[in-house]
Amino acid sequence: MSPEKMVHMANQIATFFKSQPDEDQAERVAGHLRDFWEPRMRDQLKAYVAAGGEGLDDLVIEASERV
Amino acid sequence: MKDFIIPDDRDMGTPAREGAPVTLTIDGFDVTVPEGTSVMRAAAEAGISVPRLCATDSVEAFGSCRLCVVEIEGRRGTPSSCTTPVAPGMVVNTGSSKVRKIRRGVMELYISDHPLDCLTCSANGDCELQDMAGAVGLRDVRYAAPEGGALDNHFEARNTSGDNHRYLPKDESNPYFTYDPSKCIVCSRCVRACEEVQGTFALTIEGRGFDSRVSAGNPFDDFLSSDCVSCGACVQACPTATLQEKSVVELGTPEHSVVTTCAYCGVGCSFKAEMQGDTLVRMVPWKNGKANRGHSCVKGRFAYGYAHHQDRILNPMIRDNITDPWREVSWDEALSFAATRLRGLQEKHGAKSIGVITSSRCTNEETYLVQKLTRAVFGNNNTDTCARVCHSPTGYGLGQTFGTSAGTQDFDSVEHTDVVIVIGANPTDGHPVFASRLKKRLRAGAKLIVIDPRRIDLVKSAHVEAAHHLPLRPGTNVAVVTALAHVIVTEKLYDEDFIRTRCDWEEFQAYAEFVSNPRHSPEMAEELTRVPAAELREAARLFATGGNGAIYYGLGVTEHSQGSTTVMGIANLAMLTGNVGRPGVGVNPLRGQNNVQGSCDMGSFPHELPGYRHVKLPEVRKIFEDAWGVSIDPEPGLRIPNMLDAAVDGTFKGLYCQGEDILQSDPDTKHVAAGLAAMECVIVHDLFLNETANYAHVFLPGSTFLEKDGTFTNAERRINRVRRVMAPRNGYADWEVTQLLANAMGANWTYTHPSQIMDEIAATTPSFAGVTYDLLDEKGSVQWPCNEDHPDGTPLMHVDGFMRGKGRFIVTEYVATDEKTGPRFPLLLTTGRVLSQYNVGAQTRRTANSVWHGEDVLEIHPHDAENRGLNEGDWVKLASRSGETSLRAHVTERVAPGVVYTTFHHPDTQANVVTTDFSDWATNCPEYKVTAVQVSASNGPSEWQEDYAAQAEQARRILPAAE
Repeated sequence: MSPEKMVHMANQIATFFKSQPDEDQAERVAGHLRDFWEPRMRDQLKAYVAAGGEGLDDLVIEASERV
Repeated sequence: MKDFIIPDDRDMGTPAREGAPVTLTIDGFDVTVPEGTSVMRAAAEAGISVPRLCATDSVEAFGSCRLCVVEIEGRRGTPSSCTTPVAPGMVVNTGSSKVRKIRRGVMELYISDHPLDCLTCSANGDCELQDMAGAVGLRDVRYAAPEGGALDNHFEARNTSGDNHRYLPKDESNPYFTYDPSKCIVCSRCVRACEEVQGTFALTIEGRGFDSRVSAGNPFDDFLSSDCVSCGACVQACPTATLQEKSVVELGTPEHSVVTTCAYCGVGCSFKAEMQGDTLVRMVPWKNGKANRGHSCVKGRFAYGYAHHQDRILNPMIRDNITDPWREVSWDEALSFAATRLRGLQEKHGAKSIGVITSSRCTNEETYLVQKLTRAVFGNNNTDTCARVCHSPTGYGLGQTFGTSAGTQDFDSVEHTDVVIVIGANPTDGHPVFASRLKKRLRAGAKLIVIDPRRIDLVKSAHVEAAHHLPLRPGTNVAVVTALAHVIVTEKLYDEDFIRTRCDWEEFQAYAEFVSNPRHSPEMAEELTRVPAAELREAARLFATGGNGAIYYGLGVTEHSQGSTTVMGIANLAMLTGNVGRPGVGVNPLRGQNNVQGSCDMGSFPHELPGYRHVKLPEVRKIFEDAWGVSIDPEPGLRIPNMLDAAVDGTFKGLYCQGEDILQSDPDTKHVAAGLAAMECVIVHDLFLNETANYAHVFLPGSTFLEKDGTFTNAERRINRVRRVMAPRNGYADWEVTQLLANAMGANWTYTHPSQIMDEIAATTPSFAGVTYDLLDEKGSVQWPCNEDHPDGTPLMHVDGFMRGKGRFIVTEYVATDEKTGPRFPLLLTTGRVLSQYNVGAQTRRTANSVWHGEDVLEIHPHDAENRGLNEGDWVKLASRSGETSLRAHVTERVAPGVVYTTFHHPDTQANVVTTDFSDWATNCPEYKVTAVQVSASNGPSEWQEDYAAQAEQARRILPAAE
């Protein structure tokens, strides 16, 4: 998928979990990605983060290490 | 079919009542019935049928025909048994010589104004007037014409003095039934059915006495131009040939019938398919059907003709490239072509390079097999279904809050509701039979709150008016729902007892603090939502304090960037007000297609196995690994939008798509087309060469719901039987086709009947553990969970506790969608559907339903139309950042200024070329309901539409079969 679309989708997930009173929001984001994103999509995200992760929410970057 | 005996569905004359038992004597027999029951119904309970014409048990008694008179000891005169309630100790005589004489006199009068053409009449053999003439022993009609003249009557076109001014010709304007005034006995059953059952009030009795006539709408109206919605309730109620299905006029009366389930919307109405051999004569709503209670809509009742439409494809076809014409081949050749291609793709591009889309229109058994195909034969989890684009946020949202992905009630529950919130749903068009049941309750005094950008019919129609209509700006559902919760929490209207015992009190505290923040007040929200704060406050107070509160919602909730969040917000509202776990309350998703619920239950989603259990769980995988003898991939598969993205990226190459037309139904048509075009093996399994088939390499002909056995699960979680009434015209039921494909790929499946598939489902899925075809035949239907704890099924969920234990309040922060209006695209487009058409229209467009809706039109407010110089009926261009199309404008105040609306029923409009690829944050459910658009004058179809039509025509070429 296009990087813009992936960034948009990942940031939407982060935006939701940021609004939640959880202690470990990054884990919630990572859990959502593990549960619903197919490995190809997670690989694309990790590769994108490794390449700088431009435009990604910090919470997504933190979560990407755990997917 | 022969195994199933249709239970007693006699007409009992008047509706059933609930109440304390009352015992009386009828013709010497003791009968005990509930208080309030009519004498007529009590007699019927005792097996005695009192003659009647104006009474039928679908409507309240009227007492006009005077045929049902009886004698009651100690009472004067001869009261009509239909309008006389039973009393303790009452002694009734239904057959005295006095009442026999009265009845014969009444019949004689009726027959004196009735044509005696019984042998050639379309109701011959199915006419209550004929039956009653026999029952009362009418042998003679003594009324004679005066010498040289004629008896005044309504049925002779001409008499000796010329044209008969009382004669009215047949009204054949409705495509499905005729109104023949010459056969009418003015019993008012049709008028009452239109009012009481359907709630449209389209019919009336015009004139008085001998001048009385049934009239649709105004004097200048016929049935088609009137408000009639063609639900068929009047036809059903008519005792004569006055209102008669055209199919019966053409074919004659049916000789046997089979109970089955409608294949249109998620209400899941039960019908009797009335047959002559394997010819379907008519579909009649079944009164013992627990979803519809004997009612129907124009789609289920009449729009079944697509099964025999000339467009139906009955032979398998293949082609090497999508630019080639189709080639008809044998089943063997098509299946081996498909299997070889799919296996070849997997060898070259990996096991995960292919996948399936299960159908929300096919049966549970068929859906189960398609997801099994990908999991057990393809060896991946690339399965998804149409629910992705409609109710996937319901699955996520209700799963998170309540612990299960389903509505909490049955449809009967609405009869106990005091306040109803309808949000993002248009039941009178989308779920018409439920809407009729809702309107009946509203007429009895329940209050209604409508939350919708459009002024849908429920806001104000005959004898129904919403207490509050909150016309929100599309995309601001979360802000509105959170503001409602703000009022309920800050004004302390919440049900503390319920929350303390049933929910997580800590989480409630956090939630209460969140919603109490002044930024969630209606006054602050108004800027975003455009909903007047005072109105919203009143609505919140009404819902919290008005008694049993029920929430019904549809795709106007789910198809947003924040669809899942709104579902959670709705669950929060229900928990806050203690409206879960008893009749009359609850959270009720109105499902779009007939088996959306079932396809989700059956493990169609790429992350979960049947019964909503995540594929990551080893104990769940083990159940299926043991049953199927394979190992199951523990990683989630691709969802539909992800499949298309992966196809464009070149890693997803093959798709088996059963009974769904993603090119027309899914958003951003150009992207869908690009994804399909990038695949090397697209298998479309459908009734027709749909739009997706333009990009397919293999076409496997499908079967209709009339041609196979199985089950559908409706929005109430009700598992209803689908029964075969004719052989599949294409040769195989759909479950057989999937099995043939699986076996062509080496699966060695050996199912010989869908009941065996249901047995496998029951053996592997706890919520279906008790379901068998025998049980369904015995009980008619059951609602899951159906297992050892709930052997008869579960009409109401979460009665003693939530499925997940404690209900969870979840914080619902409003986040504006990134689809924003601006100078280029200043209007917001929202999409939906109409009563007469269904989804992509593949079925309904191939029926006479198109007389009501022949093309998609754009609803636009007069203010916006005037600014653009547009008039009613003008061709307009509708453009977004995704694409543009053209259609005709309908100028109306149903939409607010700044909002436009259209439907997606017609491929030549292809409204989805305009919608975007934005989607729900949790589930990727597309944001169909919010697209920034511009509308301008146009001369006709856009260039894209012309290119599309040309490509479609090329893609649909079929070579003559080789001999």
